[in-house]
Amino acid sequence: MMLIHCPYCEEKRPEIEFAYAGEAHIHRPVKDADDMTDEEWSHFMFLRDNKRGDHAERWWHANGCNMFFNAVRNTVTDKFLVTYKMGELPPKASASNAKLPAAKKTGGAK
Amino acid sequence: MSAFRKPGRGAVNTAVSVNFTFDGKKYTGVKGDTLASALIANGVHLMGRSFKYHRPRGPVGAGSEEPNALVVVDRGTGRESVNLRATSVEIFDGMVARSQNSFPNLKFDIGAFNNTFSLFFPAGFYNKTFMWPKSFWDKVYEPFIRNMAGLGPAPTAVDPDSYASSYGHCEVLIVGGGPAGIAAALQAAKSGERVILVDERVKIGGSLIDAPNCEIDGKPAADWLAAAVKTLGKAANVTVMNRTTAIGYYHDNFVALNQRLTDHIANPKDGAPREETHRIRAGKVILAQGAIERPLVFNGNDVPGVMLAGAGQTFLNRYGVAVGHEVAVFTSHDSAYQAAFDLADANIRIPVIIDVRDDIRADLRAEAERRGIDIAAGQVVSKTSGKLRITGLEIYDPQSGAKRTVKCDALLMSGGWTPSLHLWSHSKGGIKWDADMAAYVPDVANENAVCAGACNGDFGIAAALTGGNKAAGGRKSYSVTERDFGTGVTLDSLPNYIKDTKQKAFVDFQNDVTEKDIKLAVREGFKSIEHVKRYTTNGMATDQGKTSNLNALQIASKAVDKPVEKVGLTTFRPPYTPTTFAALIGHCEGKLFDVKRVTPIDPWARERGAVYEPVGNWMRARYFPQEGEDMHAAVRRECVATRESLGIFDASTLGKIEVVGPDAAKFMNLIYSNPWSSLKVGGCRYGLMLNEAGFIYDDGVVGRMAEDRFHVTTTTGGAPRVFRHMEDYLQTEFTDLDVWLTSATEQWSVIALNGPNARKLIEPFVDGIDLSPESFGHMQVRTGKICGVETRLFRVSFSGELGFEINVPSHFGRAVWETLFEAGQPYDITPYGTETMHVLRAEKGFIIVGQDTDGTVTPHDAGLSWAVSKKKKDFVGRRSLKRSDLVAQGRKQLVGLLPEDDSVLLEEGAQIVADPNQALPMTMLGHVTSSYYSDALGRPIAMALVADGFNLNDQTLYVPMPGKTHAVKVTGTAFYDPKGERLNVV
Ligand SMILES: [Zn+2]
Repeated sequence: MMLIHCPYCEEKRPEIEFAYAGEAHIHRPVKDADDMTDEEWSHFMFLRDNKRGDHAERWWHANGCNMFFNAVRNTVTDKFLVTYKMGELPPKASASNAKLPAAKKTGGAK
Repeated sequence: MSAFRKPGRGAVNTAVSVNFTFDGKKYTGVKGDTLASALIANGVHLMGRSFKYHRPRGPVGAGSEEPNALVVVDRGTGRESVNLRATSVEIFDGMVARSQNSFPNLKFDIGAFNNTFSLFFPAGFYNKTFMWPKSFWDKVYEPFIRNMAGLGPAPTAVDPDSYASSYGHCEVLIVGGGPAGIAAALQAAKSGERVILVDERVKIGGSLIDAPNCEIDGKPAADWLAAAVKTLGKAANVTVMNRTTAIGYYHDNFVALNQRLTDHIANPKDGAPREETHRIRAGKVILAQGAIERPLVFNGNDVPGVMLAGAGQTFLNRYGVAVGHEVAVFTSHDSAYQAAFDLADANIRIPVIIDVRDDIRADLRAEAERRGIDIAAGQVVSKTSGKLRITGLEIYDPQSGAKRTVKCDALLMSGGWTPSLHLWSHSKGGIKWDADMAAYVPDVANENAVCAGACNGDFGIAAALTGGNKAAGGRKSYSVTERDFGTGVTLDSLPNYIKDTKQKAFVDFQNDVTEKDIKLAVREGFKSIEHVKRYTTNGMATDQGKTSNLNALQIASKAVDKPVEKVGLTTFRPPYTPTTFAALIGHCEGKLFDVKRVTPIDPWARERGAVYEPVGNWMRARYFPQEGEDMHAAVRRECVATRESLGIFDASTLGKIEVVGPDAAKFMNLIYSNPWSSLKVGGCRYGLMLNEAGFIYDDGVVGRMAEDRFHVTTTTGGAPRVFRHMEDYLQTEFTDLDVWLTSATEQWSVIALNGPNARKLIEPFVDGIDLSPESFGHMQVRTGKICGVETRLFRVSFSGELGFEINVPSHFGRAVWETLFEAGQPYDITPYGTETMHVLRAEKGFIIVGQDTDGTVTPHDAGLSWAVSKKKKDFVGRRSLKRSDLVAQGRKQLVGLLPEDDSVLLEEGAQIVADPNQALPMTMLGHVTSSYYSDALGRPIAMALVADGFNLNDQTLYVPMPGKTHAVKVTGTAFYDPKGERLNVV
């Protein structure tokens, strides 16, 4: 059972307190959504990278502080490289091998 | 004293005899014996039959690696423990043990005819033989396999024992209490940090007990060990756990330990836990698991009496038991000589050591000569004799072609040693091939872990002690006098003059996998070792190939003509040894198996004899039967009473979320498909929630308690995911909104009153709320008091009747309920359960999310287009609702169905077709989602999702059900009082 560092609680807690919440840094189109084709919309809705290696993803401290946060986890070694708060950019050093899409500071940080 | 007991040897107490039975026969062992050592002391090696061929088998090993000697220990009903290794089972007075996989008895087994026909049972025989014809599988093949190839029979009665579980923490966890583990513990103890040392056997000591012929720092091994045990026992920071197996190594140094507490005791205390699972989080893990000896793969290597050299040594040194009177030795490794010498020094005759190598180390040769032991160098065993016990062997010299026979009653074999990398591999530690040792050894660690001693490839007592000390941060070097552990060779195949097809050279003893089988698998195209494993079943038995994997790997590597390191190793998976399921479950059985949620009103319902149904984790009253009533009768009575006068229903399980903050209305607008800005304080509205894909996710009535406060209700089962869904969007998408969400499900008890007399009943009990219809209309909420208790009083209806949902703080729920129930007697107030609630709502065509929808239903499909705002610029699901396939023609839509035969109740889930006479397979239009008998309508009704359903109104469709196909008419879903006039009762 993994220990996961919650950036809000600022401590490592057992995995059973957390829930995985999908790939991180996926921009939810709002203003331009009506102009998007179904094809374009499907990229937001359904298509994910399913990456082998460092993967930016969201976790929820469900049985803890109730906060959603971001993490970079290696899907091969199953090790967390870093966790960081929602709306923050992934720390660079940790994600040297990860090609992460730029995170939006506000909104759109899902 | 039995003939094979060696007084003065072993760490057993020969002064205390222990009586037990095996297959009904009485035997006597001594305190400290295992079942295997006690039986061998009585001259018994035959302890089991193999899995596939039912060949007679005796123990090959002396510990948990044992593949053959699997037994049942029977402590009475529900306490039959099966597939136990006789080499690990401690005997106690009165123990009843049995062999398994034999019929009618161990010595004469009918199933052994499999053996005679073994030519026809080659690798992959399960896959190949039973492929055709398909119909034979159920009737012929499977029963046959189940009968013939069973392991021990699982007990049928409930296990009456209890099992404990706990969590623990330490800075250093040491797995394995041999010299390496003990040296590590002694060193780690000095730091003052918490140290846990675990060992699967009765006592720590490992090879210091099994092979004690050495001196450590000038002391005999036994004395050094006794001193070390004492030191560790005194150290307050050290916990030594015996009879404890580290079964699995998980992320971040989380290690599961299985401790056996009472199996060795004749009469355990009532209620004492039988086993305990410890979940340990360790700062650092030191793995000192040792190594497992490899058998030699030669013709006839599975006759009882043939065993690993180290096992023969262990039976002598640990248990004081000679495995035979005349014990031959067959080896490719130096270490077997020490075993031979130990036995010879205990006055056991060693007629010959057969060594596959031509060059024998001078000191070993000299020691053998001194003891009068003949060495057959550069020679092999070509066959063995004896069926139920080895009686002799044939030595073959491949150079000269000469053959000779030697009599023996046991044969020790050694093909070298395999470091135990099981836990290391669980932790995803890397491994590398060591060609000299012909074994995999640890490479780069993945956790804060280190291997020490033989499991690190460092053999011998000195190397183990030094390695263990170093692993715990020490720099001590031990002075040890011991014979050099030595080296060995590995041969892919031992030379033999007998044709391959006539040989029986076993690799995996428990699964009866031979050298031939592995070669055959490769010939048939299985190149990956994982495929070879599954095709031959090598390493898939309860021992997980502890003794067989490396031999199989080498044979396969030769057959595919690739170096071993390119062939790879099969994956090690927990548990390290077979583990009782109950130990993993621990306390979580019976009442503690899962959470059971009940409402504060629940005890009342229970006293009234309600019948329950689970809804999520909730237990809800389904109906309240009166004497002689079945569900149908009770539900009809409850429905009629509610529509005619007054029903009372516990709705406390409804999910409740308090949405509060300056931006609460904005948030509601984004998270629900309908609009909220226009809802006035004191108003209620049906809320429809979609997921981002545009499908119905949840629904429920929402009351606006204040400008900045909404009382949201969700479905009973949906509350947790709705809360998560809301939090997700609030925290990650609508981050500029100032809103707080609080789960309030358990803060409120909810009493639903439905029926024309609902208002009359509550009127005398309500303070501060004008209940008149003019002031308090349908879909309104007020705060005030009821029965003197603060309330949020909703005027809502899920039945179509005049209805109130009375929310009171949870702890007052039952008191208010009882007061109203008492006062309701003049109205024949009738308690009803979820079944009646379902019928009443279905008569009104109200949907249940998850029953009438299935995650692919849009608001339009469900006839709820009115609940989707056309004006809002954004809400969750809005864009997806415009996707071409969500607006396409022919989608399944929710309609009503009326069976033409009004005595027919359609089955929920039944399929719907347009033409019952069409060819098979028929085109299915949809399925029935809800179906009830309606007393109000005097007929059965149903709802269904039907392709293009809205365009099929009044048409006849068909529902094939067992026995008969029923015609149904398509209607709307508002079956009863479609104009809602009943809500207006004064
Ligand atoms: Zn947290």
